Amino acid sequence: MSEKADVLIIGGGLMGAASAFFLRQRGLSVLLVEHDRIGQQASGVNFGNVRRHGRPAEQMELSNRAHEIWTKLPALVGEDCEFLRTGHLRVGYHEADEEALADYASSVRDFGLGLEILGRKALNERFSQVSEKVKVASFSPYCAHANPRITAPAFGRAAARLGAKIFEQTICESFGRAGADFEIHTRDGRRFQAATLLLTCGAWTGAMAAQFGETVPLAVRGPQMGVTEPMPYALKPVIGVFTEKLEQMIYLRQIKRGNVVFGGGGRGPASTATRRASVDPTITLNQFRQLRELVPALGRLRLIRVWSGVESYLPDDRPVMGESAAVPGLFYAFGFCGHGFQLGPGVGATMAELIATGRTSIPIAPYTIGRFGSGQGTERSSSRRLH
Amino acid sequence: MPDIVIIGAGPAGIRAAETLAEQRLPVTLVDEGERGGGQIYRRQPAGFRRSYASLYGSEAGKAKALHDTFDRLKARIDYRPNTLAWNIADNVLHTVTGAVARRLRFDAAILATGATDRLIPVDGWTTPGVYSLGAAQIALKAQACAIGGAVVFMGTGPLLYLVACQYVKAGARVAAVLDTSPLSARHQALPRLLTSRPGLALRGLRLILQLRSAGIPVETGITPLAIANDGANVTGLRYRSSSGEIEELACDAVGLGYHLRPETQLADLAGCALSFDETSRLWLPKTDPDGRASVAGLYLAGDGARIAGADAAEISGRLAAYAVLADLGHGVPESKRRALHRAARRLERFRLALAQAFPWPHWLAGEIADEVLVCRCEKISAGELRHAATTLGAAELNRAKAFSRVGMGRCQGRYCGTIAAEIVAATCGRPVDGVGRLRGQAPVKPLPLATTAEEAA
Ligand SMILES: Cc1cc2nc3c(=O)[nH]c(=O)nc-3n(C[C@H](O)[C@H](O)[C@H](O)COP(=O)(O)OP(=O)(O)OC[C@H]3O[C@@H](n4cnc5c(N)ncnc54)[C@H](O)[C@@H]3O)c2cc1C
Ligand SMILES: Cc1cc2nc3c(=O)[nH]c(=O)nc-3n(C[C@H](O)[C@H](O)[C@H](O)COP(=O)(O)OP(=O)(O)OC[C@H]3O[C@@H](n4cnc5c(N)ncnc54)[C@H](O)[C@@H]3O)c2cc1C
Repeated sequence: MSEKADVLIIGGGLMGAASAFFLRQRGLSVLLVEHDRIGQQASGVNFGNVRRHGRPAEQMELSNRAHEIWTKLPALVGEDCEFLRTGHLRVGYHEADEEALADYASSVRDFGLGLEILGRKALNERFSQVSEKVKVASFSPYCAHANPRITAPAFGRAAARLGAKIFEQTICESFGRAGADFEIHTRDGRRFQAATLLLTCGAWTGAMAAQFGETVPLAVRGPQMGVTEPMPYALKPVIGVFTEKLEQMIYLRQIKRGNVVFGGGGRGPASTATRRASVDPTITLNQFRQLRELVPALGRLRLIRVWSGVESYLPDDRPVMGESAAVPGLFYAFGFCGHGFQLGPGVGATMAELIATGRTSIPIAPYTIGRFGSGQGTERSSSRRLH
Repeated sequence: MPDIVIIGAGPAGIRAAETLAEQRLPVTLVDEGERGGGQIYRRQPAGFRRSYASLYGSEAGKAKALHDTFDRLKARIDYRPNTLAWNIADNVLHTVTGAVARRLRFDAAILATGATDRLIPVDGWTTPGVYSLGAAQIALKAQACAIGGAVVFMGTGPLLYLVACQYVKAGARVAAVLDTSPLSARHQALPRLLTSRPGLALRGLRLILQLRSAGIPVETGITPLAIANDGANVTGLRYRSSSGEIEELACDAVGLGYHLRPETQLADLAGCALSFDETSRLWLPKTDPDGRASVAGLYLAGDGARIAGADAAEISGRLAAYAVLADLGHGVPESKRRALHRAARRLERFRLALAQAFPWPHWLAGEIADEVLVCRCEKISAGELRHAATTLGAAELNRAKAFSRVGMGRCQGRYCGTIAAEIVAATCGRPVDGVGRLRGQAPVKPLPLATTAEEAA
């Protein structure tokens, strides 16, 4: 016996869970198949930055759509996911950075970020914790952070309440056809069918797209995270360094319980086979140095945990979103290049809109899978194995 | 020359270092403590002048032998005290001394990291005046201090009676010793205890007699209910006796402990396989009888592999060193090795019998009231953990951690992890090995952000 619905989603990260939720809101029936548990991969272990600041103008409409949804989480999914609108501060160590920060601000001026450029004096008055070495900053008052561990599961539960059928610990192993429908086979021998197939398997989607004749140059890496013991809540905004130097890139946020979460300074190895990403101790020690540079008081704290997660990157730093260029009825949303958490709810809303209506109210053309020039491929066989 | 590193300068690590140094192999011995000796033979701080007999009692001879060995050894090995091994991966040990981080490449590493207290929360257990059994003993051994003027020792295991006796001997007032293990379990285990290690078993019985003859109430089969306090300090203790009566006792301090748990984080970080030990209900690193872990080049010895006590630690330290020697192509004295194996098997029988006599009272997991804190670091109650396990559907321990924050604080679940697993298992009606274990994450212990990498040599 196989399960059947309007839409079959493979991959229960934030993209899959949010898509399921918004598809149900639009009245389509949904099956969601997740290898392990909802939101246990990148979506559950990321830094938690809900940041529009710094995204290219091209992505701003998608990001704004997400932004709207983030502020309405309690009404939509029944909990706020520790969404905290604290603002985001992007700091530069050089006077010359002011020009670049100002240029960025004007490039996104139509999107309502409300950016302010702050000089040394304003920094002293408003963000005295940051080091004197910071010469200039751009402040984005509406940016926020949230708790990734609970966000995708909250969307998953909300989708289930609306009637989505969610199958955890169910591994999609191969694709086939059942008449006009897609049919997937799971490792434990079950089958799921739908006329529309949405692949939201993050780093794992690359191998799947290849099965449909669409190869993408997807790189798999792990951003490096750490968290300190708690200290009194004092650092409101999320802070990130604006720099070209990889080793200087550091970002941090303090959660209300007091712990400081941080990341940056390069990526470590990650594997889709083991489903794990590791932390390079050398990067951790460099992060310490950068944290002390940025907020000297942090030098008195201790690190209690490091982690990483399996994330996928594309060479143009853009995700893949939209319909397959090769197979009608097949849709993708993956490859979020280290900044998909903020976008997640907007991606879900947009994919649901696209699948339900055939079009989107915001532009997603730059994200077509066809841009990699492999969209000419056709389905090669009726059954493809993934593993 | 191969690079060999040993982590832990307790009985296991010292005997391993000695065995390797005898073969003139270069050894680096890392210990986060200031002075070698480990837990049982913990040395008093410089300036204290208590005799071996007063510090270590019946074990004075062994303590002195180990310390003397270590003092002679120090000049021949690269001994690094005050040095925490905070991570291990790909044949590199990451250490920190003060605020200086170093990388130690190794061909062979012996993990001899010992154990810490295993705890079960009870209402009021975070009140000042409540200590773990180990901490109560350390206060006495290191600082010559008692934890209170009227102390109740509660929990189970041999350490419960040992520490209580050490307190009595030091002149402290012990108000009671309360054991969760039923007397019947001890009776059933007695023949096996006596046949595997008659001397030690009799010494254990003598401890109990000493307590009784000092007029100290010793109860078995109890269920802890609450540690009472006046808002600031411990004032008393409530428990259910084996016959079901609710009893109350006045006291101003409680020493709490239910056996020990091995420090397995380094083994876990190194990728060593762990397996569930039914007897202790703990996840232990898999080893062969010589201490080889599942990852080539890694070896385990002492309580860090399984809780079998100091004598077993010395034996397993020697065996692990022999395994390193053999794997590096050196000769190993076969008859000695076989004798060590025989001794180790006898001590293993004793370990199993002890676990039968003093079972880990996992059934208490269901008794912990919802308001009681399970995770002290993050202040998470049993109720919040149960909510994550049921309403939020986290029937697996790492998932329950992600949702509830249990085990996310400074101790990283070293203290709350084993009982959290029991609570999730009991709540979901699953076997405890079915809910998994908290995955290890670096650093092994909190690492100062002031730490800097040593300049590349
Ligand atoms: C450490 C880290 C820090 C980050 N920090 C931020 C940040 O601060 N801000 C931000 O905006 N973004 C951040 N990101 C990026 C963001 O987390 C990701 O872009 C986003 O979560 C991707 O979501 P996803 O649903 O596409 O992928 P995932 O969350 O990885 O979900 C994919 C799911 O597919 C499932 N799957 C895979 N194969 C199969 C199969 N065969 N069958 C069934 N299911 C399968 C997986 O189990 C997984 O649950 C970070 C990422 C990481 C790793
Ligand atoms: C508090 C306590 C009290 C005990 N009291 C008794 C007793 O009275 N009688 C008895 O028979 N048994 C007692 N035990 C059991 C005792 O642990 C063993 O009998 C024996 O000490 C085990 O020897 P070992 O070498 O395996 O470990 P230990 O003696 O515990 O030595 C382990 C060493 O490793 C070091 N270490 C651990 N992790 C790291 C790291 N990451 N980096 C650097 N160094 C590290 C520690 O500092 C320690 O010195 C006690 C245990 C504890 C925890």
